[in-house]
Amino acid sequence: MKYMLLIFDDESMYPKMTAEENAKLMEEYGVFTQELMQSGVMMHAERLAPTHTATTVRVRAGDTITTDGPFAETKEQFGGYYMIDVKDLDEAIAWAAKIPSAKGGSVEVRPIWTDEQVCN
Amino acid sequence: MAAKSTHCADGSDVREDNAREAVACAFRQESGAILATLIRVVGDFDLADEAMQDAFASALRHWPAEGVPDNVRAWITTVAKRKAIDRVRRHQVRRRREIVGQSLREAERVESAMNDELIDNAVGDDPLRLIFTCCHPSLAFEAQVALTLRTLCGLTTPEIARAFVLQESTLAQRITRAKRKIREAGIPYRIPPDRLLPERVEAVLMVIYLVFNEGYAASIGDAMIRRELCAEAIRLGRVLVEFMPDEPEAMGLLALMLLQDSRRDARVGEDEALILLEDQNRSLWDREQISEAFELLQTAQRRRRFGQYQVQAAIAAEHARAIRAEDTDWHRIVQHYDVLVSLMPNPVVKLNRAVAVAMACGPEEGLALVESLASSGELVSYHYLHATKADLLRRLDRRAEAREAYRRAISCCENEAERTFLKYRLDLT
Repeated sequence: MKYMLLIFDDESMYPKMTAEENAKLMEEYGVFTQELMQSGVMMHAERLAPTHTATTVRVRAGDTITTDGPFAETKEQFGGYYMIDVKDLDEAIAWAAKIPSAKGGSVEVRPIWTDEQVCN
Repeated sequence: MAAKSTHCADGSDVREDNAREAVACAFRQESGAILATLIRVVGDFDLADEAMQDAFASALRHWPAEGVPDNVRAWITTVAKRKAIDRVRRHQVRRRREIVGQSLREAERVESAMNDELIDNAVGDDPLRLIFTCCHPSLAFEAQVALTLRTLCGLTTPEIARAFVLQESTLAQRITRAKRKIREAGIPYRIPPDRLLPERVEAVLMVIYLVFNEGYAASIGDAMIRRELCAEAIRLGRVLVEFMPDEPEAMGLLALMLLQDSRRDARVGEDEALILLEDQNRSLWDREQISEAFELLQTAQRRRRFGQYQVQAAIAAEHARAIRAEDTDWHRIVQHYDVLVSLMPNPVVKLNRAVAVAMACGPEEGLALVESLASSGELVSYHYLHATKADLLRRLDRRAEAREAYRRAISCCENEAERTFLKYRLDLT
């Protein structure tokens, strides 16, 4: 099954990090991504720019309304994702737990939509 | 689990003219195991459940004329497999124009799985697979409980709703959602691998103990169903111990439930009023259950991996060991509580420890502990805290304060039987 691992953490901590701390985190992410690729479950992954770059778009009565900032102001922000293809939820959870940001932030595990899904 | 084909729980023979009763009996005893196997085979909770219901309906039609089969479980499982194939085929015909390939593959998969000789009678690890899936941590705790009772215990949705005093529709929705999440989120149907076991076993034990307590604490709801909950929790405990003989906490939990349940006939009087442990007629305790629990607890403790259930069972065992209430070794019980507080440092456990200390060392020492707990504010609306305080004050002959504490306890208490008891105590004070 395909899952997206959505990474949420407090982006305000990044500017406060020392160069060493930042390098260490990037190193951890490098190791994790390498492991994912070697095990053959990795589909793709991206890190997002911080939420101050976000624009939220809504179309109401035919008008496009754009607002500054992310969809929701939260303590932890959506900062990136991994898309993986694994056997089941337990495997997805095991990978999610290895994401470096899972230690301070959180990772949401969501299956990718399939035609089996029932809408309601 | 031994298949009890034509014997009901009380061991009486079920004759052919009692075929209806045999069906009901088979449903109670076998439906959990049968469903567990069917889910593995057909790979879907709802399809398995529907096929099993079809098979039991078929038993109601056939057994009165043809007699009750020797192996009830095999009969139901075989018929259910056929019914599942029928259902998949019908579904396949309906969907043919839409997603031909997919449904064909599904039917082939189910059929080939069903032709597998191995599944004919053997249940094997299936009940364990089912319980771990129902208690998967990605399901909400309430959903775990409801799904476990619905699938493994063969309780109907209205019965579970009555036991938990919930709207039937609320409960039905909870179960539907849980089954859907299992399917759509890809929760595996299996016994978790070793590295996941400690955490998963804990979740399973918690669900089983909650089911037991819902039955035992009898705070609200139907008495019959509550008895059923205790019996089912004990049955699930046995399944767990049977399949996981190396798990001492599973044995600890089963021992604990057996010990508590051994007092069932002694703890409630004729007028439904609760009788305190010290006042119970100990000859009514179920000695057979007690000795089974002792054996389990000893086996568990030899594994030298202690946990909260073993310690709680050890406390219950101290009570069971005492021929008369005054023979209770309260110092030993305090020692067990010391261990329990270190394992689960929550205020309720500390309160129970205070009660044991009062029994071992006198009411002053107990009261001091209760008061320090009360001042922490955590248990301020917990009736047991006020009732304990009242009881200790009464024993110290501080009657006015005791009455005040009893009144406080009554105002916090939602259980009718316990309220009656507290009022009775207040009148005596």
